[in-house]
Amino acid sequence: MKVRVDVMLKTGVLDPQGEAVRHALGNLGFSGVERVRQGKVIELDLADGTSDEDIKKMCEKLLANTVIENYAIQVL
Amino acid sequence: MKAGVIVFPGSNCDRDLAVAFERAGAQVKMIWHKETELPTDLDIVGVPGGFSFGDYLRCGAIAAQSPITRSLIKHTERGGYAIGICNGFQVLTETGILPGALMRNANLKFICKPTDLKVETVNCDFMAGYGQGQEITVPIAHHDGNYNVTDEKLAQLRGEDRIAFTYVNNPNGSTGDIAGVISKNRRVLGMMPHPERCVDENHGGTDGVAMFRSLVDSVVAA
Repeated sequence: MKVRVDVMLKTGVLDPQGEAVRHALGNLGFSGVERVRQGKVIELDLADGTSDEDIKKMCEKLLANTVIENYAIQVL
Repeated sequence: MKAGVIVFPGSNCDRDLAVAFERAGAQVKMIWHKETELPTDLDIVGVPGGFSFGDYLRCGAIAAQSPITRSLIKHTERGGYAIGICNGFQVLTETGILPGALMRNANLKFICKPTDLKVETVNCDFMAGYGQGQEITVPIAHHDGNYNVTDEKLAQLRGEDRIAFTYVNNPNGSTGDIAGVISKNRRVLGMMPHPERCVDENHGGTDGVAMFRSLVDSVVAA
């Protein structure tokens, strides 16, 4: 099974990289880019039948730092 | 006093930290990250600066899962002393031994320069050699030193007198200008600036000496 994990900074945590991308898009002449948030996509190939609970543990223990990041799991 | 310095692949301040401990009078043992147990006679464990595991995923995230780190967590739970500097601070926050997280510097640049720090507490064996409110100069060298905690946690850290140092001129966007924090039992210190890089006249400053010396003195006296 393939699983995709999106890791994003929590709302309210300042994202300086996203902000720099927003500025760069403005410099390229794209107007109206109001906000950019940058995150990570992690793809996992897992043994069939890996439990949702284990995937959640992977996210909590390593893939995301839940102090500053949220994660979203998608089974593909 | 016996000190151990953990070495991860990509650590690059491990020898400097060992020398700083030795000069203060400690016996030092270097410990490779694949060891599963810390020597049982260690008084303090140092987690050095560098780029453990190439900063993959997040700075310190992979090192936080190393075999030796599990032993480090137990050491701190038993009330053992530990200090994490720069990448070592990132490792300590990733393990949850210290609160908060270190994010990319607000200006997105790697910053490498001497910085002025204000001593926020002296009520801790690491800090007893400084004066309350004293300003010292210690080098920083990091890309991800932007300390992030919630307002609630910040209030708690302030209430419990757990902020060791603040930056006089915040270089990286850290919440509350925080440069270093201590654990609830006051025996674990994490900081982004490098006190081990200012323990010799040839370093251009010796403001780090007092930290290592007061720590060794208090452990020897205990």
